[in-house]
Amino acid sequence: MKILVCISKTPDTTAKIAFTDNNTKFAEAGIQFIINPYDEWYALVRAIELKEANPDTQVHLINVGGPDADPIIRKALALGGDEAIRINANGNDSYYIAAQIAEVAKQNSYDLILTGKETIDYNGSSVGGMLAELLDLPFVSLATKVDLNGTTCTVNREIEGGEEVNEVTLPVVISCGKGVAEQRIPNMRGIMGARSKPLKVVEPQAIDPLTTIVSFELPPAKAGVKLVSPDHPEELVRLLHEEAKLF
Amino acid sequence: MPVLVFLDQSEGQVKKNSIEAASYAAKVAELAGTTAEGIILGSIPTGLAELGVYGLKKIHTLKQETLDHFDAQIFAKVIAEAVSVIGAKIIVFSNNVNGKAIAPRLSAHLKAGLVMGAIDLPVTTDGFVVKKSLFSGKAFANVSIKTEIKIITLNHNSYKVIKGEGAAEISELSVQVDRAKVSVIAVNKITGEVPLAEAELVISGGRGLKGPENWHLVTDLAKALGAATACSRAVADVDWRPHHEHVGQTGLTIAPNLYFAIGISGAIQHLAGVNRSKVIVVINKDPEAPFFKAADYGIVGDAFEVMPKIIDEVKRLKGL
Ligand SMILES: Cc1cc2nc3c(=O)[nH]c(=O)nc-3n(C[C@H](O)[C@H](O)[C@H](O)COP(=O)(O)OP(=O)(O)OC[C@H]3O[C@@H](n4cnc5c(N)ncnc54)[C@H](O)[C@@H]3O)c2cc1C
Ligand SMILES: Nc1ncnc2c1ncn2[C@@H]1O[C@H](COP(=O)(O)O)[C@@H](O)[C@H]1O
Repeated sequence: MKILVCISKTPDTTAKIAFTDNNTKFAEAGIQFIINPYDEWYALVRAIELKEANPDTQVHLINVGGPDADPIIRKALALGGDEAIRINANGNDSYYIAAQIAEVAKQNSYDLILTGKETIDYNGSSVGGMLAELLDLPFVSLATKVDLNGTTCTVNREIEGGEEVNEVTLPVVISCGKGVAEQRIPNMRGIMGARSKPLKVVEPQAIDPLTTIVSFELPPAKAGVKLVSPDHPEELVRLLHEEAKLF
Repeated sequence: MPVLVFLDQSEGQVKKNSIEAASYAAKVAELAGTTAEGIILGSIPTGLAELGVYGLKKIHTLKQETLDHFDAQIFAKVIAEAVSVIGAKIIVFSNNVNGKAIAPRLSAHLKAGLVMGAIDLPVTTDGFVVKKSLFSGKAFANVSIKTEIKIITLNHNSYKVIKGEGAAEISELSVQVDRAKVSVIAVNKITGEVPLAEAELVISGGRGLKGPENWHLVTDLAKALGAATACSRAVADVDWRPHHEHVGQTGLTIAPNLYFAIGISGAIQHLAGVNRSKVIVVINKDPEAPFFKAADYGIVGDAFEVMPKIIDEVKRLKGL
């Protein structure tokens, strides 16, 4: 069993969001970068659990990014990935990223490819589906549970107002969300071991992105909160009814 | 070259977020000097032609039993063929669960640039630029699509549905459908409640409510308003409420018209799931609670004292 986990680098969840260079670049100064939480807590940890249940399993990590992504890749190795590939490219078009990953995945026959359900910065929710299409594999999105039974996989996926249980024959691409696994913290042995695990850097293929980001914007500041006295809570109801016209 | 919108359905009903996408598609078509058409796969809901009121001139149907179960691979392939038959150059989806699964596949299949989570109409003064939500609504990016065919998924509650008159012409597609590789073995729906993901009004509680026995302060108001209920992660983590109710960065992201937060501090990870709500109301006894900075209305006060009065007042207004 060979599992590929797609790992992306995102600003820490509490990072202050600001832009520089005439609103064309994310302000990275002072920002701490982490493994995208969906990739780490759910996709990666689930892959490691599957390896623990079946020691024949290999867990490969892949990232499309520059050398600045190496620390988060090492952390993913410390959590339990076996080896990692970094495609040395900076691109923020989802298709460009997916196509680069697909080129590598084509050369290895992975049984299971796991991504996060979305990156917490770009909110693309796209790389997994694109990758599945490029590899001509089935895709189950927004998984909340992933179980293997031999050559089939049972996946619960989020639907409006509930969940759907899917069954699919491997190989498959799955995007993972809450529920798939529980967050783990790397231990000392993992951290030490990660230093000697292979992290291969490969150069990107020539692929044209399909989109470009022209500029960034921040939402307009809120007018400020209108406070109602706790002695007259019915005044709040009146405002919501007459001013905000919510009901 | 019509604009094509995917009409996602559930149990014989076109989903509300797809209606929004249809209305958006009609406006995009108008701006591009063309018309909007819909595509629906699987069983045909009754009264489909009535969706003409949202500006759809034609709806393409493909009635096949296999399409009653969702498989992103099959759906994307069928839609890709329909796109070439119809000659559509702009394809619109709701950024809902199925839109998130099909649109990326279709984009890779057609090599068509994709913007996921659009919050506004495309701007075509210089190319084709779509504004999308980033960081769960804390920022936006203007993204230029450079390819001939363009795909957009529309965020919920981002476009006001415009209702006019007219009936859509129904037209049957004939496209070969492959066998699905994904089979659906069960559907577990939480019944009897307003689904949180689509709700327009949401009442939510946090740790400030002290325990599950006090949740009537949330549910009574929700019931009176026909609202859905939600909670903070802290509350779901201690099992006061089920996890499917938790909103925020690790839970659901919602954008209702009203988000009413009771006893929730407003941690940044919580805000990530709710800050696209149109109106935020915060009830918190701590004037320094960070949530007040994101709120439109608020009461600095004890939830146990103010909520019963609020509930009574809503009931009175509603004649309950
Ligand atoms: C990586 C990460 C991801 C996370 N993801 C999420 C997420 O998705 N969703 C989420 O919600 N959280 C998330 N959290 C947790 C988040 O940081 C907060 O800890 C959590 O939201 C706090 O929940 P709370 O506001 O209910 O509780 P508290 O922070 O304990 O706040 C309770 C509030 O109630 C008020 N209060 C107390 N008594 C009363 C009263 N009688 N009347 C009125 N007000 C009262 C208090 O003043 C206080 O503001 C995440 C954390 C991390 C680190
Ligand atoms: N640069 C990247 N390198 C590797 N995997 C990525 C990269 N960007 C996104 N992914 C994967 O694709 C998922 C969805 O990303 P997105 O489409 O940007 O929301 C992420 O959760 C990752 O698993």
